[in-house]
Amino acid sequence: MIFLWAFLIGGLICVFGQLLMDTTKWTPGHIMTFLVVIGVVLGGIGVYDPLIKFAGAGATVPITSFGNALVHGALSEAKMHGWIGLITGIFEVTSAGISAAIIFGFFASVVFRAKG
Amino acid sequence: MGHIGAQTWEFPRKPVIVATATVVGPKEGEGPLRESFDKVYTDLYMGEKSWERAERALLHDAVTICLEHAKINSSDVQMMLAGDLTNQIISSTFTARTFGTPFMGQFGACSVSMQTLGLAALLVDSEFAKNVVAAAVSHSSTAERQFRYPTEYGGQKPPTAQCTVTGAGAALIAHQGTGPRIALATMGKVIDLGVSSPWEMGAAMAPAAVDTLTCHFRDTGYSWNDYDLVATGDLGSVGHRIAIDLLKEHSIAPDERFVDCGMMIYRKDQAEVFSGGSGAGCSAVVSYGYLLRQLSEGRMKRMLIVATGALLSTVTSLQGESIPCIAHAVTIEREGEYQ
Amino acid sequence: MKVANGRVPTTKAAYRQFVKERTPGKPILKNAIRAFFVGGAICVIGQLIQMMYAKYLGFDAKSAANPTVATLIFLSAVLTGLGVYDRMGQWAGAGTAVPVTGFANSVASAAIEHRSEGYVLGVGTKMFKVAGPVIVYGVVSAFVVAIIRLLFDRLLQH
Repeated sequence: MIFLWAFLIGGLICVFGQLLMDTTKWTPGHIMTFLVVIGVVLGGIGVYDPLIKFAGAGATVPITSFGNALVHGALSEAKMHGWIGLITGIFEVTSAGISAAIIFGFFASVVFRAKG
Repeated sequence: MGHIGAQTWEFPRKPVIVATATVVGPKEGEGPLRESFDKVYTDLYMGEKSWERAERALLHDAVTICLEHAKINSSDVQMMLAGDLTNQIISSTFTARTFGTPFMGQFGACSVSMQTLGLAALLVDSEFAKNVVAAAVSHSSTAERQFRYPTEYGGQKPPTAQCTVTGAGAALIAHQGTGPRIALATMGKVIDLGVSSPWEMGAAMAPAAVDTLTCHFRDTGYSWNDYDLVATGDLGSVGHRIAIDLLKEHSIAPDERFVDCGMMIYRKDQAEVFSGGSGAGCSAVVSYGYLLRQLSEGRMKRMLIVATGALLSTVTSLQGESIPCIAHAVTIEREGEYQ
Repeated sequence: MKVANGRVPTTKAAYRQFVKERTPGKPILKNAIRAFFVGGAICVIGQLIQMMYAKYLGFDAKSAANPTVATLIFLSAVLTGLGVYDRMGQWAGAGTAVPVTGFANSVASAAIEHRSEGYVLGVGTKMFKVAGPVIVYGVVSAFVVAIIRLLFDRLLQH
């Protein structure tokens, strides 16, 4: 069942992004940025985690989940250590994504050649 | 003779295009004009280490083959005029370094093929040079990484986008010899009607093409009937249609002799062609490889090639500026017809 | 040669309209359908990977998301390097750009492209040229939203 919801929710988030691409002047870069910020807002409100429970990877795989992870990192660290946690906690939860992108991106540049 | 009308040069001695050469990449080599090109690379890197060096290799080969066809050395060339799309036109400057001829780099974006050809004719006709090389080159990957995105980036391009041609065309212009002759050149003004999307270059360039074309007709008194063919450089299917409609509004509706090099160089079923080819090399390889053959093989008598260029930079499009464009036109005749 | 300015668009606004009438529209429905299916499929693959991490490698349901994201990023970097991802991206549009695979592709493609300028000044400086805004605005908005949330919670407590 969760596979169905993963497919539907993930697909819908992508359709939203596609419609933005086709009806506005926004580039894919703008849209990824916009979706991350939406993820931050939804995560800040507390709505994104229930979505993850419900749709699984349909909510964790889209870039919106990055935003959710960033804001949760800030909030949970702030709960433990006060206001400074807003700055120290941001990358706690999402470090897998950013580290992986840098590490694998770098190794890709070593191994592969641009094909044009 | 000399300057006629508002923007046109008439060449009384009609300089001769004694030799040409065209060198292209794999996609162009699989296109409908593949038999017209002198050399086709199957490797997009042309055996080089970087895209920039690959573009240089294309131009180097084109000039080399051109000089071979003309049976002269680079030491016999009094001037090389070349241009491309790279920042500081490095493909042209670094190639000129190899040949060691006097050199004037030209920038006209994709209009540079006819810009260099017209200027070469001027130098030869005015007897300030005996042999002049005019050349232009572009490469799909150098254009992509400079103007748009890394080449492996998965962004989606709209149907109005164009595909930068990987190719170089070179011509040798002299005051005597056998070959098609340059009769006139109309050099364009910068025209900007407010198109700002880099995905809509055809629409941005169409007004410039129409402006230069109408000016040419006014200056010379010629009409469509005086030409067997009028070819724009790279308006693509969308820009070409817009140009046709603009000409209709000017009451000089074109017929099927009005074509576009960008629409001729690829088949519609080739991957990622979008609305057609573009790039400084597009009009160069199609003109020097295919169109001039229609003259030298006797199928046509006179043609007009209107190369179009979009004069934007990576910075201007980010700063919200629109895209100013330009078009340069050159009249080329079959030898022996209109002496 | 008669050159009559009939309805020749001479102003930018008039030309914009002229162009709009002659420009093919994007195939919005076709693009949306493709984005839906490809995006959904990538999420399903992610779900499979997540469950394998939970079942065989001892992660719990929640923390399995981390290695899943890392795995998808790895796959995306490889497909980018093999020259396959850009073709998929042209076909699927947001279907490949919106999942975290799109983020990985933007980093990997920039890194691969700029190796010709050296590892430090090429790869190192240009790696985030497309993906940078995602990080910048993700962090800035997380900071702002977290402040707002904390203030809001404080207000509710009183």
